[in-house]
Amino acid sequence: MTIAVQLAYLLASILFIIGIKLLGKTKDARRGNMLSAVGMLVAIAATLITLNILSFIEIFGCMLVGGAIGLYYAKKVEMTQIPEMVALFNGFGGLASLSVALSDHFLKTEVLSLEIDPVNSVSIIASVLIGGITFTGSIVAWLKLNGKISGQPITFKGQHLLNLALLLSFLVISVFTFLYQNDPMYITILVAMALLVGILIVIPIGGADMPVVISLLNSYSGMAACATGFILNNNVLIVAGSLVGASGIILTQIMCKAMNRSLTNVLLGGFGQTVAAGGQDGPAIVIKEIGVEETAMLFDSVSSVIVIPGYGMAVAQAQHVIRELMEQCEKRGIDFKFAIHPVAGRMPGHMNVLLAEANISYDKLIEMEAINDEFANTDLVLIVGANDVVNPAARTNPQSPIYGMPILNADKAKTVIVSKRSMGKGYAGVENELFGYPNCLMLFGDAKQTITKVVSELKELG
Amino acid sequence: MTLESLIILIYVLVLASYLGFELITKVPPTLHTPLMSGSNAISGITIVGALIATSELGFSTLSKYLGMLALILATINVVGGYAVTDRMLKMFKKK
Repeated sequence: MTIAVQLAYLLASILFIIGIKLLGKTKDARRGNMLSAVGMLVAIAATLITLNILSFIEIFGCMLVGGAIGLYYAKKVEMTQIPEMVALFNGFGGLASLSVALSDHFLKTEVLSLEIDPVNSVSIIASVLIGGITFTGSIVAWLKLNGKISGQPITFKGQHLLNLALLLSFLVISVFTFLYQNDPMYITILVAMALLVGILIVIPIGGADMPVVISLLNSYSGMAACATGFILNNNVLIVAGSLVGASGIILTQIMCKAMNRSLTNVLLGGFGQTVAAGGQDGPAIVIKEIGVEETAMLFDSVSSVIVIPGYGMAVAQAQHVIRELMEQCEKRGIDFKFAIHPVAGRMPGHMNVLLAEANISYDKLIEMEAINDEFANTDLVLIVGANDVVNPAARTNPQSPIYGMPILNADKAKTVIVSKRSMGKGYAGVENELFGYPNCLMLFGDAKQTITKVVSELKELG
Repeated sequence: MTLESLIILIYVLVLASYLGFELITKVPPTLHTPLMSGSNAISGITIVGALIATSELGFSTLSKYLGMLALILATINVVGGYAVTDRMLKMFKKK
């Protein structure tokens, strides 16, 4: 490889690093993403220079197909579906790394009849394992997120034992793969096992734990690229891959902390299934309902409002009508803010994107730590499709499965209105005692429809 | 691969990971979704490997087909990832 190509790879690595750095500031983020894209272009161009011109038809054909699919999907996707899209793309990245590793293995064994050295073999096997897990794991996550399969955890007896057994046999067969390189059977078994492990580790994880799973799979897709870098002896893959790997791990940690659970606890799965027993037989909660008109009158009379959005807002697509509500309130001089819990939605920062889409200024979205003391001085809190993240049981009831999870102190406000489809329980399967509090009122119905009515009432009130 | 070049790769891995941790801890929660889709696009760097695999001579070998598959997938990842991240970031406005 020529020096020029190596320098181009170095330039690409620097552009990725600067790009990620700029993603840390809202005003520079878009430029950061552009720079990172330029880095990718540089890396691609530098690689093309080194390649055989005879294969350019296949290369451009494949890139045209892939580019068209990617662009189409990126333009068409709804903001509520971003978590699914990221899950699916993580999976593609994983499968791409796996395919490159396999391709390299077959090239060396079948075409060039080379001996694969131990380091190379370990890199190929690592890439197959991580890439395979990333691929099927992401596909399962994608299916769960778009509702094609149930978001409920799927558990069975001996599940963890099976996973352990699979991983151990993977190690054994890895040794055979190295020893009998020319027999394609062993590496094929490895691929099949990696794909199976990916499915098995994601099915026991429930829908609301998806923020953790997506972050983790994001990290894996980076690590898979890293492993591929070791196969090809290529630094730019390692730099880019480890940046992504680190990013995914940090997001995973943040998500786990916000749920007060360890990563192991999330990965073992089955959360929310066994909590019905014990500590749940207190008196039934008595709730108070509120109608649309009264809600509008309440909004008309207060001076400060905090909205707490949750996944339910995304499902109901209520973000746009909430902006209209905000406009009505601001016309009246009411202080209007949003409180964002770190695990609200199905991926980190999901609510922020939805509200940005609805054209709500990002300085109105306040993080949990920054806003939690304000609730006590707030007249009205509107909770839209959030449940566990406002359940005071997390503070008060050591019996509760969500005890210890940091929550938004919605209950401290003067009045709380909960917009909710029905009295269903939250993801954790726990009764929300907030609903029985004297300052809490339930506004039943589809969030988009009821809030639309509230807004038109407010318009009439002037 | 020689031991020397392996050591260099490990150096790069460790330093880049450390740098990644430092940079990403500073990203505010508001930007976590674009961060994830943007880093997802970066993980499409496998495209470099896919290009090399596709260009191998000796037509119609399994190796080449796997390279082509990888190339399509990695391109979806790269193009789709950057495009959707840009679309999202365009919406983040302060009034």
